[in-house]
Amino acid sequence: MRGLRKTYGSRAAVDDVDLDVRSGEVFALLGPNGAGKTTMVEILEGYRQRDAGEVSVLGQDPANAGRGWRARVGIVLQGTGEFEELTVREVVTHFAGLYPDADDPATVIALVGLSDKANARTRTLSGGQKRRLDVALGIVGRPELLFLDEPTTGFDPAARHEFWELIRRLAANGTTILLTTHYLEEAEALADRVGVIVAGRIVAVDTTEALGGRQDAPATVTWQRPDGAVETADTHTPTALVAELAVRYGGEAPGLTVSRPTLEDVYLSMIGAGR
Amino acid sequence: MTPLTLAWSRGRMELLQFSRSRESVVFTLLFPVIMISIFGSIFNGVIAPGVRFTQYFVTGMIATGLMTVGFQNLAIQIPIERDKGVLKRLRGTPMPPWAYFAGKVVFVIVVGVVETVLLLAIATAFFGLDMPGSATDWWTFAWVSVLGITACTLCGIAFTSLVRTARGAPAVVTPVALVLQFISGVFFVFTQLPTWMQQVAALFPLKWMCQGMRSVFLPDSFAANEPGGSWELGKVALVLGLWCVIGLVLCVRTFRWSNRD
Repeated sequence: MRGLRKTYGSRAAVDDVDLDVRSGEVFALLGPNGAGKTTMVEILEGYRQRDAGEVSVLGQDPANAGRGWRARVGIVLQGTGEFEELTVREVVTHFAGLYPDADDPATVIALVGLSDKANARTRTLSGGQKRRLDVALGIVGRPELLFLDEPTTGFDPAARHEFWELIRRLAANGTTILLTTHYLEEAEALADRVGVIVAGRIVAVDTTEALGGRQDAPATVTWQRPDGAVETADTHTPTALVAELAVRYGGEAPGLTVSRPTLEDVYLSMIGAGR
Repeated sequence: MTPLTLAWSRGRMELLQFSRSRESVVFTLLFPVIMISIFGSIFNGVIAPGVRFTQYFVTGMIATGLMTVGFQNLAIQIPIERDKGVLKRLRGTPMPPWAYFAGKVVFVIVVGVVETVLLLAIATAFFGLDMPGSATDWWTFAWVSVLGITACTLCGIAFTSLVRTARGAPAVVTPVALVLQFISGVFFVFTQLPTWMQQVAALFPLKWMCQGMRSVFLPDSFAANEPGGSWELGKVALVLGLWCVIGLVLCVRTFRWSNRD
């Protein structure tokens, strides 16, 4: 997308955004609530019209892409229990019927781990199970590109890790995945690359390891002096400093730590600066 | 999928949902029956030679039943589905938009037929309704039902653009339906209503659906008691047809798939 913009009244929800997501990668849009993640993704999904800019998703403009395009795109929506009285199998089978080249419903239900709930009415599912059903409906049409909008909000840690496993399996099959999240661990666990969005603008795009120049940022080395005081040094050559300390202390330097900014440090300084 | 199997697949989902939620089954199918039982027990009088009020009331309830299935049901159901994101989810699939409405139509037809058959059975068994004797009457019954339920369905879908949220839907839709029933001569003999009320009712489909149903089930002598002194079947067809057109135009122009914008 190039120069993407969407305004509501005088407020720009998405403000002049350029972004490329490569085929086959898992890309995470990371940003605080209200940063414009959902607006941007809904434009890419074809749900909202943009005010300016150019967008190409799988080679087509989502604003007027047809049913052939829809068949190649999967969208995982926040389920609201809308199929209350239908069973998991009935819902997945019905949606499979809407796609030209759908996966076998039973296979999809097994993939998302709902096989033993296949005949349960959907209203009896737990929150995490409902989310798995949402994923099943998103992937049943064998999409080349899958959108996941804040997929694990409200999950407990165990459910989140199981869900991540599921996403990794999909990614391993070659599905391109664009997910939005405000959880750093989620971006770090899943994404090949991360885009940080603040107040409608993309402020950084990089791998999680390199985000915000994290790899090249000065490292902080701390150790204890013989008198007990803690000494701290920021340096671009931490290895040399540690070697020097080894000589100085004739072996182990007491209380030695070497650290670089965490993803959280980088992210917080970014959303602080972007505001 | 071919268009027909797609429409059936959507309709089947609608019917499954419906048949598994007891409240809507009871309300939609049994409510008219309960109403007939109550009114049939209270008002036993004869309103014209050979016509008891119960028979008159049953014809009105058949028309009302069609309106409930088409208009009330959809005007309340669709905003709920819009709020819950059903429409959004379907729009995210390659399903053509018409299939959603086709599914609703399948649903309305099946429930409408079941409800009408049930009503006829009970009315003939307990409330002295005579089945139409001639093929002409059956033909009138068929086209009045089809035109009437089509007009109501289209108006029900169109009406959803007036309803902002699902929670407000019953509050907006139910009074409309109830007022129409009162002024269209479902509960009272139409010609006993004030003239201005009759004129207002004549603008809407229900009055004409009731009149068409009376022509089928009541003796021809009763036609003299109608406002025009006859069954006016031509006018019934005209007004119902007109409402189909109005409803369709409104559907196409105003239907919203989401609550935004």
